[in-house]
Amino acid sequence: MSMAGLILLLLLGGLLAWQAERIHPNLPRWTALVTVTAALLYLLAAAPTEPGATMAGPHYSGSWLLHLKLAWMPRFGIAFELAMDGLSLLLLVLTLLLGLIAIAASWSEIDFKPGLFQANVVWTLAGVCGVFLAVDLFLFFLFWEVMLIPMYLLIAIWGHENKTYAAMKFFIFTQASGLLMLLAIVVLAWQGLALTGQLSFSYFDLLGLSFDPRLGWWTMLGFFLAFTVKLPAFPFHTWLPDAHTQAPTAGSVLLAGILLKTGAYGLLRLCIPLFPDASQQFAPVAMGLGVAGIIYGAILAFAQSDFKRLVAYSSVSHMGFVLLGLYAWNALALQGAVMQMVAHGVSTAALFMLAGALQHRLHTRDMGRMGGLWHQAPRMGACAMFFALASLGLPGLGNFVAEFLVLLGLFSVQPWLAAAASLGLVTAAVYSLWMMQQAFQGAPDTRRNMADFDGREMLAMAAMMFALLWLGLHPQPVLDLAQPVLDSLRAAAPFDNPVAALDTAAAAVPGRGL
Amino acid sequence: MTAIWLIPLFPLASATLLLLSAGRLPRQVAAVLGAGSVGLAAVCVALTARAFLADGEVREFTLWTWMAVGEFTPRIAFYIDGLTVVMMSVITGVGFLIHLYSVEFMWEDESICRYFAYMNLFVGAMLLLVMADNLLLLYLGWEGVGVCSYLLVGFWYRDPANGSAARKAFVVTRIGDTAMALGLFLLFTELGTLDIQPLLAAADSQWQVGDTLPILATALLLGGAVGKSAQLPLHTWLPDAMAGPTPVSALIHAATMVTAGVYLIARTFGLFQLAPPTQEAVAWIGLSTLLLAAFAALAQHDIKRILAYSTISQIGYMFLALGVGAYASGIFHLVTHAFFKALLFLAAGAVIHCLHHEHNIFRMGGLRTRLPVVFWSFLIGSAALAALPFTSGFYSKDAILLSAWELPGIGHWLWAGGLLGALLTGIYSFRLVFVVFFGEAHTQPDHQPGWKMSLPLAVLCVLSLVGGLLVLPLGNVFPPSGHHAAGHTIEYISIGTPLLGLLLAYLLFLGRQLPVDRLVDSAPGRNLRNFWLSGWRIDQLYDALWVRPFTSLSRWWRNEPVDRIYNAVVAFTQWAHHKLAALQTGELRWYATTMVFGLMLLLAIMLRNAT
Amino acid sequence: MNGLQIPMEQVLALAGILFSCGLLGLMLRRNIIFMLMSLEVMLNAAALAFVAAGAKWSQADGQIIFLLILTVAAAEVAVGLGLVLQIQRRFKTLDMDQARRLRG
Repeated sequence: MSMAGLILLLLLGGLLAWQAERIHPNLPRWTALVTVTAALLYLLAAAPTEPGATMAGPHYSGSWLLHLKLAWMPRFGIAFELAMDGLSLLLLVLTLLLGLIAIAASWSEIDFKPGLFQANVVWTLAGVCGVFLAVDLFLFFLFWEVMLIPMYLLIAIWGHENKTYAAMKFFIFTQASGLLMLLAIVVLAWQGLALTGQLSFSYFDLLGLSFDPRLGWWTMLGFFLAFTVKLPAFPFHTWLPDAHTQAPTAGSVLLAGILLKTGAYGLLRLCIPLFPDASQQFAPVAMGLGVAGIIYGAILAFAQSDFKRLVAYSSVSHMGFVLLGLYAWNALALQGAVMQMVAHGVSTAALFMLAGALQHRLHTRDMGRMGGLWHQAPRMGACAMFFALASLGLPGLGNFVAEFLVLLGLFSVQPWLAAAASLGLVTAAVYSLWMMQQAFQGAPDTRRNMADFDGREMLAMAAMMFALLWLGLHPQPVLDLAQPVLDSLRAAAPFDNPVAALDTAAAAVPGRGL
Repeated sequence: MTAIWLIPLFPLASATLLLLSAGRLPRQVAAVLGAGSVGLAAVCVALTARAFLADGEVREFTLWTWMAVGEFTPRIAFYIDGLTVVMMSVITGVGFLIHLYSVEFMWEDESICRYFAYMNLFVGAMLLLVMADNLLLLYLGWEGVGVCSYLLVGFWYRDPANGSAARKAFVVTRIGDTAMALGLFLLFTELGTLDIQPLLAAADSQWQVGDTLPILATALLLGGAVGKSAQLPLHTWLPDAMAGPTPVSALIHAATMVTAGVYLIARTFGLFQLAPPTQEAVAWIGLSTLLLAAFAALAQHDIKRILAYSTISQIGYMFLALGVGAYASGIFHLVTHAFFKALLFLAAGAVIHCLHHEHNIFRMGGLRTRLPVVFWSFLIGSAALAALPFTSGFYSKDAILLSAWELPGIGHWLWAGGLLGALLTGIYSFRLVFVVFFGEAHTQPDHQPGWKMSLPLAVLCVLSLVGGLLVLPLGNVFPPSGHHAAGHTIEYISIGTPLLGLLLAYLLFLGRQLPVDRLVDSAPGRNLRNFWLSGWRIDQLYDALWVRPFTSLSRWWRNEPVDRIYNAVVAFTQWAHHKLAALQTGELRWYATTMVFGLMLLLAIMLRNAT
Repeated sequence: MNGLQIPMEQVLALAGILFSCGLLGLMLRRNIIFMLMSLEVMLNAAALAFVAAGAKWSQADGQIIFLLILTVAAAEVAVGLGLVLQIQRRFKTLDMDQARRLRG
């Protein structure tokens, strides 16, 4: 399949959706829907699952499925280089699926310039797809910006009462940290030139270089900051609640569902493998930030009265698990982190869609003015209950698998941190159930007249419920897709932590693995 | 019976159907689905049990591999041995009776569909819990029953008090569950598997008795058990959980879910035997809980709260049994307790149902003649609860006390405490009978329970009476306990204590020979009564220790303290902007002059560097 | 080689004096017409230096640059006077201290 074609399809589809507005105001959303569906079908139908024959070379290890390299700026060693492996494929599918959900969520919500709105949605998807595919760091940065600007516009134009502030905050945080990343990329390429005598921005050429430790440390920090701002990790998360609260529903769905995952992806793909030594030194700090985020996010989620803000803080809390899983850097924790990326994407997207639906119907996000909604909208209540339970990590749903694997993997590295992080399981229950109580339980306001979910919304919800159940009960296909990638990443950047020794020692004991 | 997976499938499928119907099914269909699916599961369990009793073979059944990451390969798999058969029989048997009872009890409720969906989901999750072949699947069932408990306690969601009781139940047990999850992490990290039988074997071969690791692991598992089984210090949720419909209390908060902790310890007893300190802690937790709850039960006046405290107390006996190593006795008490406590709750439910949702026992009274079926059920249940001779409770509790007596060292102390508990049990259970069913009537029942309520009561009456004669197929599960060699004196004391309790209750609450009112009306009496009524003020303690600090912290942080750092950056930028903007006077001559001086400065620097 | 008949130092001093006069005029006068005239003086001072240098080394460059400066000065006066007209029309004054709408 053509990876460039996929991105091009989305870019052109966005353009088409923008212009379709001139013909009929309903046409843009159909155009967007068709574009994203076509991209998804194309991806599912054409993506290979076996490594391609074109891949060869020391770092082109067996886990890559597709590779494309076109000359772009050969003078600076910059190429239009895309590559796909199981992890990218997984995240691409998630991106496009949530793109569909975002379009469905905004179906009847947008009246002002629907064409430009849908175009921005689709362009964001294009940027995210590019981020997940790019293996040239310059190209990666380009796509990083491509996904930022349409998102900024979505918040700034179609946001709620405080949209300018939120959009600016989002933009400045991401942009400032993105520039740090650009700096780090340039330093990295320059260092590659010094070491190999050849200027290249290609991931494959830069992987496995041995840096001067001090320089490596600072460069790693540049990447780390860019990605943890996006993730977001404590204490760089403060843009998130504002952006989420003010964004239109589709914006929140995209932001929580997939944009945050680009941060995790960047850490996993770039930051740790490129700088294994510095990352390993840094791991305790990163994991500390993860735990702090889990607990801090949970406490603040409980304090909120704004439905969307609560869900936003719960995202901060959940993404802490991703940070923990990534820096624990063993098979279990990494699988957990990837699983959390997918499961959190789905569950939070659903909660934001629900929040958007509530705001659309009640014209408020204040939970103090809700209460007893179950009575008027039992279907919404049931959906909310399902996703609240998913968010608190109920076994049988995807989030549990993710959090359990992360903590299980972490426990063998840092038992005390795992114990601290597991407090998040308790606090997640506190805020999720508090949200249910505030919004859906209690005495209903009889004067309120509210429509329940209609067929379109139920369809989107049912799809996400099914996805979470599937992830929770039979996650193996997802795990299998990511496994070779994680193995080769770990092989490329081994952390020599005591676990390895423990593993081999335990393997020698008979009776193990019965 | 080879299709073991059908057993949990029936209730789960019925729950799914009921949930998907979104309340549109007529109540007849909902009732048939709800009760019928559990009935079918009970039939399957009966077939399985017959096959098991015939050959005594352990059955294993794997559905699929849940996930496989490296060596972590938990499966969705079942393991059926004697303990599982016993638990499954209790869950589906008592569960079916309670479902049948619910049909009548909940008939008028508009959300009967949702009710049966949750109940079926609960039965399915509980079955998964006891059938699980590995600790992760057990954890799935464990959390699943917790969620169902949350949903059912808060079933009448319009009253915020119910919602808060439900959340309390979930969060408090979640604290225990988290400890248990950490226990699972520890076990997997050290032993490399979560499959229960290989795990026990590996622990046995790798760990010595008294090692730190087994003590730590069992302590963490015990945390989970304590939370789920409402033992000290995580027992506070159970009395509040009575906010749910009464059949829910009977099924979840008396017969099945709250005994999951007992099941967990019995299931992993091999680990506990490697950790004598934890084992002893189990006994002490059981003893202190049973006494604390028994005293608290004495002061309550809500009929369901009395039963809730008595449940906590009886589970304390089960923990005591586990702690002294009498696993089979503990499970035996679990079974008989399921019978008589379900009976008591259902009877209490019938009283509440017939008295327009009256909960206060002092506004009942004289129901002996007006609700005869309920009276006899309650009497039999209370007799079994108080362990009067030849009821089921007598056999199981007696076995526990004897085992405690025979434990060297602390055994006598445990026995004495258990005996005191038995005395208190006699007092509070017959206080309930005398106050509710004798004396003057304060409220008139408006109808009699129908057959759907009476039949389960009758069946449970029989079971409560003769359940003590059951022989549970636990011989191959637990190590055999030695023959009871205690003297007859001990036997007589155990028989006599509950009778003494009954007598005291008669004198205090019916015969009025003892001045109970004067005792209660005096200042220390009143204080003591309020102290016990509030459950030893433990709720208030936790409120001050955990809840209020958490809420005030979150209120304090509500507006994002971290943002202050970024706001400071913004403020500095704005300040600098204003300062620097002052340089832009807009006067051409000022610009020209500054340019000239700037150039002169640059020239000077260049000249200096040149020389 | 030396095509310059008078000492170089004197020419440069004259150019410097002229340039300083222009600069002082630019910095001190408020009327924009005078400011423009000061600018012209400065340009011509620079041009004088160029011519002198061209003569000293017998190179045509100095005169070429002088021509260039002449052109620039002419163009600048054209634009400058256009601005003066505009300023007069908008502010009704030629005092540049009054025209400070660009104040930050």
